[in-house]
Formats: sequence, C-alpha cells, structure tokens
Amino acid sequence: MQANTETMAPPIGEDLAGKPKIVKMAAKLAYRNLFHDRLSLSVTLIGIVFSVVLVAVQCGLYIGSERMIAAMLDHSKGDLWVVPFGTKSFDDPSFLIGHEKYAVLSTPGVAEAEDLVVNFSNWRKPKGGSTAVLLIGSDQENGTLKPWNLVNGSIAELKAPAAVAVDDTYFKDLGIDKMGERAEINDQHVTVGAVTHAIRSFTTLPYVFTTLQRARTLLGAGENQSSYTLVRLAPGADLEKVRAKLSARLQDREVLTQAEFRQRSVDYWLFQTGAGAALIAGAALGMIVGVVIVAQTLYSSTKDHLNEFATLRALGASAGYIHKVILIQALMSAVLGYSVGMILSLLVIWASKDTTLLIVMTPGLAVLLFALTIGMCVIAAISAIFKVTRIDPAGVFSR
Amino acid sequence: MNEAAETATEPKILLEAKGIVKVFGSGEHAVKPLKGIDLKLRAGELTLLMGPSGSGKTTLLSILGCILSPTEGNLNVAGNPTEGLDAEGLAKLRRKHVGFVFQGYNLFPTMTASENVLLALDVRAAPVVDPPGHAVQALTAVGLAHRAKAFPSKLSGGEKQRVAIARALAGRPSLILADEPTAALDAENGRAVMALLSQVAKDPNRAVLAVTHDHRTLAYADRIIRIEDGYIVSEECPDKTSTPAHEAAEEH
Repeated sequence: MQANTETMAPPIGEDLAGKPKIVKMAAKLAYRNLFHDRLSLSVTLIGIVFSVVLVAVQCGLYIGSERMIAAMLDHSKGDLWVVPFGTKSFDDPSFLIGHEKYAVLSTPGVAEAEDLVVNFSNWRKPKGGSTAVLLIGSDQENGTLKPWNLVNGSIAELKAPAAVAVDDTYFKDLGIDKMGERAEINDQHVTVGAVTHAIRSFTTLPYVFTTLQRARTLLGAGENQSSYTLVRLAPGADLEKVRAKLSARLQDREVLTQAEFRQRSVDYWLFQTGAGAALIAGAALGMIVGVVIVAQTLYSSTKDHLNEFATLRALGASAGYIHKVILIQALMSAVLGYSVGMILSLLVIWASKDTTLLIVMTPGLAVLLFALTIGMCVIAAISAIFKVTRIDPAGVFSR
Repeated sequence: MNEAAETATEPKILLEAKGIVKVFGSGEHAVKPLKGIDLKLRAGELTLLMGPSGSGKTTLLSILGCILSPTEGNLNVAGNPTEGLDAEGLAKLRRKHVGFVFQGYNLFPTMTASENVLLALDVRAAPVVDPPGHAVQALTAVGLAHRAKAFPSKLSGGEKQRVAIARALAGRPSLILADEPTAALDAENGRAVMALLSQVAKDPNRAVLAVTHDHRTLAYADRIIRIEDGYIVSEECPDKTSTPAHEAAEEH
C-alpha cells in the first residue's frame, strides 16, 4: 500500500494554481466507446457509407437529370418563349404555325426575337444503321443558343455546307469517331463540323446542332417556321403586359416565361414519366436503410455499455450528459461515415463522367447530404437514448 | 472555542435519515425491505453497515446515496433535504455531495485511471483548477500516481478499487458510500482499501459509510451499524484506542 495513511494530505486540488476549467470528457468517452468495438463501428460505418453513397448518387442523378432536361433552356437567353400549344417540354417539340417571329417583333416592349427549330430526326450512320437524334437549329451568328463545350472545330465551321455539331459522348451511338465524318439526316448529307463534350440529353437521344436554315431544310419546315420563338424584352418593358399582348396576338400558342418553360420541362420528365419519383424513392430508401443500420448498431453499442451509463448516472450525471455521450457517438459516426461516403460518391461521379449519365455533386448537395447524415444518425440515436433513459442507477450496486 | 475544538467535541452530522421506509411494488406483491430506519453519519467517521443478505443494506445505501427515494421518512444530505426531489434533483445532489465506491469497481474500461477520475469531475460540471493535476493528486492520495495512464484491464483488483476511491475523492464529496468495497479483493488488498477508506474518513468534512459482510473490516470502523430485516438492530463505536486499526486488522 503506497497511500499515505499516516498524515492528512492537503485536500485534493486545493494547492493547484491556474484558472478553473470545466472538464470535458463526454467526447472522449463517446470516442472510446465507439472505437472500443471495431466490428460494431465497421458495421455502423458501412451502413452510413452505403446510405450516403446511395443518397448522393440518387440526388446527383436527380440534379443531373434536371440539368440535362433544362440544358438548352439554360443556354438560351429569352424572357419569354412562344411555344406550340400543349408543349410538354423542350425535348417534346412540334412546329409553330409560322411567322411568329414577326408578330413578336411588332409587339411593343419586345427588343429581339429568335427562332429555334427543334425536332426529332433520323441519323443514318456512315457504316450503316440509323438512330433517332434531336436536331437543333439556331442562329449561329446572332442567336443565343449555340453549341457549347466545343472540343473540336468552331461555331464558324457550322456555316460550311451541311455542317453539324455533335457531342463526343454519343460518337458510338452516331456511328462516328471523329470530326469531318459524313452521315445523313433525314436522307440528306451532313458533315461533322464541330464536336462538343458532355452535352448530354435526358432522353438519351443525341443532340445535333446546326444553323437555323439548314435545320429547316433537313426537317422540311417552311422558311418562316420554327419550333420555338424566344422573346427578349426591351429595357423597362413589363413582362406580364408583353406576355398578355403576345398571347392575344398568337392564338393557339402558349407564351411562357423562361422559368415556366424550364419548370414545365423538368416536371414532365421527372414527375409525369415517374423517373424523378424513382430517384427520390431510391434516395429515401438509402436514408431508411442508413437509419435502421445506425440505430441497430448504436442501440447495441449502448446496451454493451449500459453498466457504464448506469455508473455515470449513479455518479450524478444528468440525463442530458448521458444523452450527450450517445449523441456525440452518433455524430462521430455520422462525420466518419459521411467523409468516407462522400469520397466514394465522388469516385462514382468521376467514373461516370464520360458516360451518358450525368451525376452532379454541388456544394449545396454536399451540405444537404451532411445535414441528412447528421439527422439520420441523431434519429438513429433515439432508440439508444430511450434505452438509457430507463436505466436504474441502483443496478450498479452489488454487481 | 475554535472550530477544530468544536469539531472534536461534536462532529458535524453530514447525513441524517429519519423513519426511512421503502416499499417496492404494491398490494399482495409489495416488498418492504426497510421498515423505519433512523441513522446519522458524522464527519470524520468511517461507519460500517453490516447485516445478512436481504436485510436491506443495499436498499438503504441506495436511499442514502440519493439513488432511490424513500417511500416514507426524511433524508438530509449535507444540509440538503431530499424530499420532493425528482430524478434530476437527486442526481444533482449526488454529484455535489456523494462519492461512490462499488463492489465491482465500475471503472470505465475504455478510460485510463486518470481519465476515470477526470470523468467523475466532468460529471460534476463544476470548474476545476488544472484538471489533469487534480486527477493525479487524487491518484496520489490512493498511492497510484504511477498508474495514471493504465487502463483498468492492466490493473489488479486492489488497484482498481483504489482508482475507484480516487474517483470518489476527486470531487471532494461530503459523503463516500462504499458497497462491499473489499468483497472482490484478497486479504492484503482488502486491508489496504479499508486503511485507505479509514484515512479518507479522517477528513473533518467527510463521512464514509461502507456496506460490508467482511469481518476483516471491523477493525477500521469508527462506528458499526447492524441491520436486520429492515431495522437497525445495533449501533456501536468500537474502542480503537487500544490497538491501531491496521494492526488490529492484521491480527484478524
């Protein structure tokens, strides 16, 4: 026995100097509890990682889908769009009656108008076979919708006879592998005069860009016919007043704001077709699986440490202190699982960058996922907290 | 008269229980382990609570330690009445005034000896000057400063119990309640732990109560209370003037 039993030592802590501090051990206890059982920790992390990756990919696909659906609209500059009556989305085109551009330009408050020709076409591959494409004809000089992300050729080269721009993501679908190759659209020769990268379509039909007049020719449209007419307002013009005037003049056609047309397109593809619902259901499933796995492992860990929590309670720990320990355990699991899950999600996104799938990770989505992971782990901690709340501290005696 | 002299003549009452009755369950299934207990714990004394199994010792210890509330009766701990306190109120009283030593040590296996002490300080939620130094001082008081960084799995039973005593001492409680502190220890470690508790009890601002079956501990007691069938049947103050406690224990 080395304790001094002969003389009284000064009361513990009385001769120490310095500023009093609150001792903080809850996080350390949570950390040690968490890492004490590596197997249980691994199961927890696998659950969280699985959940984070699933939700990240589903949400990334959702955002990617939204971007693909709205890509053409986002690259156009129009305050209002004149569209055929009942148009469901940008990728569901038909032709306007004709001459809308002139009617628009003669309306007070309108500064500019731009015709767009968009329609499905048949692409005959150079080596045989054919596929459907979505042909987009626009004013390549003064218009706003032009191919972007050019990796080969230039906009100017689209002025060359029969020139079109295609995306390298769809080379295989189009049966070509380089610029300059010849193919046919609706039985008329075209030449690949420019190549873009990663302009992907939600419908998986490749976009083919060309000039407005060439598109009309390829599609057999009239000289003044278009699929959409973009309207740009004069400075200070009242959008609703101009829209009302256009609607009155252009019977059997709809006049939509850019935002309305975008939303209509997104809603159609994501919700009316059920594609978005499937993505949301996948994300929800990921969350549920995550909550169940984390809840199960956290509950099990709490049960394993029940005697310690009872001891803490007997030592005078408040219920809040014990809940804090469990919540810190849950939060540590969340941060670890989220970090690993995000790394894996970014790897998945990187691996899909050259495919027709667009998975997007934005800072906002990363923050949302972090918040969801934290929320998921906190919800999962509730069962463990209920268990601990029922602890009888008297149970610590005579064990 | 100065304070020391006053303490010598009339030790402070740090815990007073009056008419404590405890009933578990109701109706035909009701069990009444305590049937009316009056008890006082005085500063500077090591009191042993002895009795056969089922006599109500542990229930009484739980009530005195503010873990259970009595069905009837009044309890006053370090000047604080416990009547009407809810679970959180009792927990607050425990962390301020009561230190526990358990038969099974109840150390946190994932924490080192000093971390176990620090954890008890954290639970108290009161600011402490130099917390690590404070923990080392508590371990020094039980002769275990050199084992501060050892995990419980690397400590012997005696060392574990001494860490548990250091943990109880660290918060400088008015009361230390020990439940069978020597039951899991061999004779040598049992004596060492009792000597330590006896030493701890010499503090004029502290009382120590140990529940025990172990007759080797009798020699260290300032007061022995015997309980049977829910009643206190005797209370005696052994004469310790003739033989020093540790020598008496060795004679056993």
